[in-house]
Amino acid sequence: MATTFILNGKSQTVDVSPDMPLLWVLRDTLDKTGTKFGCGAGLCGACTVHINGEAARSCQTAISAVAGKKVTTIEGLSADGSHPVQLAWIAEDVPQCGYCQSGQIMSAVALLAKKPNPSDTDIDDFMSGNICRCGTYQRIRKAIHRAAAAPAGKAKSA
Amino acid sequence: MTTAPALNRREFLKTGAAGGAALVVAFHLPGSAFAAAQEQEKKTPNPLNAWVRITPDNRVTLILGKSEMGQGAMTALPMILAEELYLDWKQVSVEQAPTDPKIYDHGTGGSGSVAGSWLPLRRAGAAAREMLITAAAQRWNVSRDTCQAQNGGVLHGARKQFLTYGELVGDASKLPVPDLNTVPLKNSDDFTIVGHDRKRFEAAAKSTGASKFGIDSRMPGMEYAVIARCPVFGGKVAKFDATKAKTVPGVRDVISIDAVGQGAFTSGGVVVLANNSWAAIQGRKALNITWDEGPNAEESSDSLRKHFIENAAKPGKIVRNEGDAEAALSSASKKIEVAYELPFAPHACMEPMNCTVHIRPDGAEAWVPTQAPQWAQGVIAQVSGLPPEKVSVHTTLMGGGFGRRYQADFVMEAAQVAKATGKPVQVLWTREDDMQHDFYRPASYHKMQGAVDAQGKLAAWKHFQSSTSIAAVWDKDGKEKPEASEFATAAFIPYETPNFRVEYALAHSGVPRAWWRSVEHSSSGFVVETFVDELAAAAGADPLKFRLQLIGDARKIPDFTNPKQGKPLDTARLKGVLQLAAEKAGWGSPLPKGVARGIAGYYSFESYTAAVAEVSVEKGQVHIHRIVYAVDCGRPVNPSGVVAQVESAAVYALSAMMKDAITIDRGRVQQANFNDYDMPRISEMPRIEVHLVMSKEDPTGIGEPGLPVVAPAVGNAVFAATGKRLRRLPIKPEDLA
Repeated sequence: MATTFILNGKSQTVDVSPDMPLLWVLRDTLDKTGTKFGCGAGLCGACTVHINGEAARSCQTAISAVAGKKVTTIEGLSADGSHPVQLAWIAEDVPQCGYCQSGQIMSAVALLAKKPNPSDTDIDDFMSGNICRCGTYQRIRKAIHRAAAAPAGKAKSA
Repeated sequence: MTTAPALNRREFLKTGAAGGAALVVAFHLPGSAFAAAQEQEKKTPNPLNAWVRITPDNRVTLILGKSEMGQGAMTALPMILAEELYLDWKQVSVEQAPTDPKIYDHGTGGSGSVAGSWLPLRRAGAAAREMLITAAAQRWNVSRDTCQAQNGGVLHGARKQFLTYGELVGDASKLPVPDLNTVPLKNSDDFTIVGHDRKRFEAAAKSTGASKFGIDSRMPGMEYAVIARCPVFGGKVAKFDATKAKTVPGVRDVISIDAVGQGAFTSGGVVVLANNSWAAIQGRKALNITWDEGPNAEESSDSLRKHFIENAAKPGKIVRNEGDAEAALSSASKKIEVAYELPFAPHACMEPMNCTVHIRPDGAEAWVPTQAPQWAQGVIAQVSGLPPEKVSVHTTLMGGGFGRRYQADFVMEAAQVAKATGKPVQVLWTREDDMQHDFYRPASYHKMQGAVDAQGKLAAWKHFQSSTSIAAVWDKDGKEKPEASEFATAAFIPYETPNFRVEYALAHSGVPRAWWRSVEHSSSGFVVETFVDELAAAAGADPLKFRLQLIGDARKIPDFTNPKQGKPLDTARLKGVLQLAAEKAGWGSPLPKGVARGIAGYYSFESYTAAVAEVSVEKGQVHIHRIVYAVDCGRPVNPSGVVAQVESAAVYALSAMMKDAITIDRGRVQQANFNDYDMPRISEMPRIEVHLVMSKEDPTGIGEPGLPVVAPAVGNAVFAATGKRLRRLPIKPEDLA
């Protein structure tokens, strides 16, 4: 069955079962492997993407649910890693193994779109759905504050 | 009479795969870094082939011989090469080595990458540099002494001539390689790269989704496979019906693979093959399988605990016996006896296990997130019948390793499937598979007895342990030394006592066990550093002063578990980190009401770590405010990378003490996903501060040493805050009531 949606600004049509999770459509059908599989149960945040600008767990989102909607993945944040959140991540040397970081960054971008100057409590509340097994949490927090302090007008989701 | 267990290098025979051909798979368990150094030092390839690739237009690629799993090897190891080569770090790119055990000592573990690569890479870089200088001197027809390496080239100062490495490499590669034992190494006073913070080489790629992990591997025509494994350890398929599974859209076929015993330790099972991951997962749900649950179906955490306690009531096998602890304890006026319990712990890498393999008649190719590429190559060679040289194993990035990816099980399964189908295949594990078919940190039980005399000295220390030994996985009868993998520094504690006794009893278990970040130090650190704290409390002494007093004068304590190759424990360095951590934490200074401090110091992987935890307990919940570390791991190659590893180990330690446990019932793991084995979240994190001793000793391990001190420091702080002593992990509310 054909489903059409907008992926990173371009129209995309896929012919898959309507109940196939967006995560697997991205990874296996469309070869967009930046979005990661961590638990398949919406518990770890590794699969976080934006749907119409809101953070969503793509492993819990059937492809049929994004018909006609705008989906942004990590690959869509910038052409060259220049999104302010990405730059903050690099400046703070956040990643270790890196596997959770696509999801972390997507959640952080969505947080900053809602709260351009988040408090530590805001960060706790919004980012608690993203597990990091390498324990980069302290640096994630610092990078979010750093991105928030970046020149105005840039810290917006793509 | 004492036995000296040594588990640093073993050779295992017969992986026993279907097909029957025996293969000698030589490998060494992640043991001491010194053993690792010897391995790489024995291999002496031409550095301009193996370690440094230079193009005529002067692009320099450094080759990484270890796996990058987040620990920073991809940055720190090239830094060593770049230093000796006088490279401009901005010019450098890094590539993963092809799997070739004749050239590279690939195995990544035991906190041994930097420690084991330090000297070999310095020598390789220096040798390459000397060859390039010689080529320049010959080109200019001048004496070598008038030439020096600088900024990625060779300079002849007097004539102000400069040739880039790119212009020289053609000639240099034809020159004989200098003797690696005598090649001059750069003076460490002149280091401009080593010892200076460098950002992770692949940080940008990991922030854009560009980095490819094992699970991201794709080959033309690749199938996706998931495997239904018996949930009971040691069980197997009795019969299965795949009719319904084969009707799931995308599913192409369903096959079965046999369990493989010694070496790979796979469960075997029913394999669903599909054209995408989701279809394979859905197809597996539609399988109808009857299991033969096998010999372990009665095992439970309760039965294991009962077994531990029965063992603890009898004398164990003597591991070490100095003086007469029994006599000293029976005549002691004040002695304490306590028991500590630690559960199985899962690795829970963020990227579940996976392996991508294609076996053709003329060769094989694999993309493997592995800490042991050499073992992966050996397994695929064995299954395919191909010689190893025809098995090309690409080591990918991996979403965490922590010891789990040193195993060959997930490689063996993929090889078996690839052999059966002849197609490229990615075997994917779901989170449930990963949680329930791990090789867990062993469960253990420790009965401790000790006494302090009237002078405040340690009169006796007796440590009885029963555990589900790692070594016993390889030797089920326990005829080899099951205790060899279970004590580490607990068998040569830094606290002076004339009466020291260590005993062990194996508890049989069907649950697979292997190396979990810091291995046996994860339990030994907790046990030793909590028990010494209990003794301090019994003596009415300050926990820091007590430790320093008991550690005593500067001396070097031989590593009892590895007397020939292990580096002795230098008590001065241990005291150094205890004192530094205490100083940075403000030990002894006032804290807000309800907040208290605990301290722990420990020697592991030839490094010294100490931590002070600040904790309060509110409404039956432990709240950790801050952990202050002092770390001495010799010369830090990349100081910011060292700090990152300590921060990382702290969070990993907290994950096994603050929330859930792995529990066994009817021979199977009860936990399935992060709903019942939750991980610490950003909202629950303490502030972590790391202070490095800027030592000039050779680098020693840091991936793991941050872990063993966390649980005892936190537990000791809980005691200071509440008077309640934590003796089992994870923390349960009733332990704080």
